[in-house]
Amino acid sequence: MRTISFDGVIVGGGGAGMRAALQLAQSGYKTAVISKVFPTRSHTVSAQGGITCAIASADPQDDWRWHMYDTVKGSDYIGDQDAIEYMCSVGPEAIFELEHMGLPFSRTEEGRIYQRPFGGQSKNYGEGGQAARTCAAADRTGHALLHTLYQNNVKNQTVFFNEWFATDLVKNSDGAVVGVIAICIETGETVYVKSKATVFATGGAGRIYASTTNAHINTGDGMGMALRAGVPAQDMEMWQFHPTGIYGAGTLVTEGCRGEGGYLVNADGERFMERYAPNAKDLAGRDVVARSMILEILEGRGCGPEGDHVKLKLDHLGEEVLESRLPGICELSRTFAHVDPVKEPIPVVPTCHYMMGGIPTNIHGQALTVDAQGSDEIIPGLYACGEVACVSVHGANRLGGNSLLDLVVFGRASGLFIEDALKQGIELRDATTSDIEEANQRLISLNEGSAGENVAALRKELQGVMQNYFGVFRNGEFMQEGVKKLADLKERIANVHLEDKSNAFNTARIECLELQNLFETAEATAIVAEARKESRGAHAREDFTERNDDEWLCHSLYYREGQKVDKRGVNFTPRTVDTFQPKIRTY
Amino acid sequence: MLQVSIYRFNPETDATPQMQDYSIDTGGKDLMVLDVLELIKAEHDSTVTYRRSCREGVCGSDGLNINGKNGLACITPLSETVRKNKLVIRPLPGLPVVRDLVVDMSLFYAQYEKIEPYLQNDTPAPAIERLQSPEDRAKLDGLYECILCACCSTSCPSFWWNPDRFVGPAGLLQAYRFLADSRDQATDERLAKLDDPFSVFRCHGIQNCVNVCPKGLNPTRAIGHIRTMLLNRAA
Repeated sequence: MRTISFDGVIVGGGGAGMRAALQLAQSGYKTAVISKVFPTRSHTVSAQGGITCAIASADPQDDWRWHMYDTVKGSDYIGDQDAIEYMCSVGPEAIFELEHMGLPFSRTEEGRIYQRPFGGQSKNYGEGGQAARTCAAADRTGHALLHTLYQNNVKNQTVFFNEWFATDLVKNSDGAVVGVIAICIETGETVYVKSKATVFATGGAGRIYASTTNAHINTGDGMGMALRAGVPAQDMEMWQFHPTGIYGAGTLVTEGCRGEGGYLVNADGERFMERYAPNAKDLAGRDVVARSMILEILEGRGCGPEGDHVKLKLDHLGEEVLESRLPGICELSRTFAHVDPVKEPIPVVPTCHYMMGGIPTNIHGQALTVDAQGSDEIIPGLYACGEVACVSVHGANRLGGNSLLDLVVFGRASGLFIEDALKQGIELRDATTSDIEEANQRLISLNEGSAGENVAALRKELQGVMQNYFGVFRNGEFMQEGVKKLADLKERIANVHLEDKSNAFNTARIECLELQNLFETAEATAIVAEARKESRGAHAREDFTERNDDEWLCHSLYYREGQKVDKRGVNFTPRTVDTFQPKIRTY
Repeated sequence: MLQVSIYRFNPETDATPQMQDYSIDTGGKDLMVLDVLELIKAEHDSTVTYRRSCREGVCGSDGLNINGKNGLACITPLSETVRKNKLVIRPLPGLPVVRDLVVDMSLFYAQYEKIEPYLQNDTPAPAIERLQSPEDRAKLDGLYECILCACCSTSCPSFWWNPDRFVGPAGLLQAYRFLADSRDQATDERLAKLDDPFSVFRCHGIQNCVNVCPKGLNPTRAIGHIRTMLLNRAA
């Protein structure tokens, strides 16, 4: 097997990966991005409503501390306060950098960046009413951001391995990560990509569910690779169900619709969020809105012949506002719901959207595990940022607009830290031939297998189990059944049959490898979801309906070996502000 | 049963490409063309090869030639394209085929990179954003939304003949996106690099690009603006 060597290798060409790559490319270190799709096809492109940050455009008095308060509250108090402090305080600098790079933000009359109201955003620590803090480029903010980052990587001559797929981490005899095995999809060649710093920016895994806003490519590749390499996963029970996925199609309708004045109605035409969240109404936290929608449906007030969805009303905003502020939504709604939002409400239903959990990291992107004494331990050579990472700034529930901020701020932070570490010199023992062979074992087994089940059928079964047993509302008995069903799938997915053994652009092979990553992500989710015996943020249990701070004001950790579940402390010690103490969370 | 005919070519086993036919039960639903491909790959033939990602028309992966017209498979409903129960899917024309419906887009991307698709402004950046009026920002609408799907450039006869020298509609749309940006200061350098007989002037106003753009953008109009700027510059 050929070896290619770099100072830094970034796996994933979405927003986080390209922001990290840009930082490293500017530093002059030999850097490469491995992306399974051409970078602008990454899922960041689908982000719509905006990037939340206190740049004080809409409100000159706005303060990053208010944003921090909202984010801590939104996380249901298991977001790490040092990380949230870092994100919210560094955010404005990171946003202005993007603007200087050319990001075509929408503008105010003063020529500043346009900001819109989003869910969970308040002024003055929840006392001053709704804040408009989400910076937007119409409703195509992710597209604008991703293309701007790609363009600036082109400018800085970043090396891209486009349509290459990383299969597994390579570790040396000290347990340090020293690169990845990767396949060139076009030719089928497998190489060892050696690196002093390996950054996972592989994104989410929404495809573990049957109904998701996520792209086909969101298959948890980083989670799979990390778990197989013995890296723990944190807070995997925390999955965000976005209130407004288009009914039937699953495609996203931005929260910005409600930010601009849209609202949800049930079959009676009632604006039901007034009952569930009297103050914030339709702009309560996403977990709160999603649950309220499901309750409306369960109580018989759903829309349509099956009574299985609600509607998002926008027509009262007028054609001009819709076409200028929400043009992409008008397009998506006409294509996928066959509804013109200028005239009729859009049928919507809560849909799997975002993985709050991921690889535990510190604010520099360094991946962490926990030692026998319960102290954090850095995993040498491995970094993570963006959705695959759990810094954790989102805790049990992410606020809208915070994912784009997360990926820009922590992609940048990872790049800055690695640049510094490379300057000081990184010495890692070389991987031996057997270390590399071990990492390549999964691919070899797949290539040599001659029996087993079809990838599409197994994937469908897996997605069905997750959808049915680990959805918006959860129940212990039911989840135990789901865990059993996953146990049944485990060997079958490990032995998935690859019929097509050809080399050139073999997407069937990639789909098999992706399915195994989906399984690792799903299994981690299921086991910790069953273990966390409380309701917090997005994790809502019918058998444990209350938040239990005595036992569960903590992160969950999951280790693949022995399916071990552990707890890890939440950071309550920001550097420059007082701790935000846990309170009852209402909107 | 929908009759689907797909362009097949595997460089490892096939000397020449051929069309392969499938009879597909759509369950009477008005599926998207991508759904049909996914159905075929899942249930009929796992070797059928194509690109896809977002499945909602924003990532630009699945530009294909569908019943003779370039478009995105994920947002083209059968009802819009199928006539006489027949769906013919070919790769985007004019680019080398890697396998089946996957084309080598290197030439397309090279033209994009050639126009230096990034903001150029050497003045020291302010502590906040650079200001831009809503009117100036509006000039970027219809330009920045390009998803690089290559439907336009691969439907353009001028690009077919000179893919190495004619920038093509997608690249030129982005060239104009930066020329039109009030924050960009490289107008003169940008125009100088486009000022030759091929880069811009090979556009003959055929407008296939406008006809196929899945995002409803108008590269021909942008090219017209660049032409005017070039002519004014020469005058």
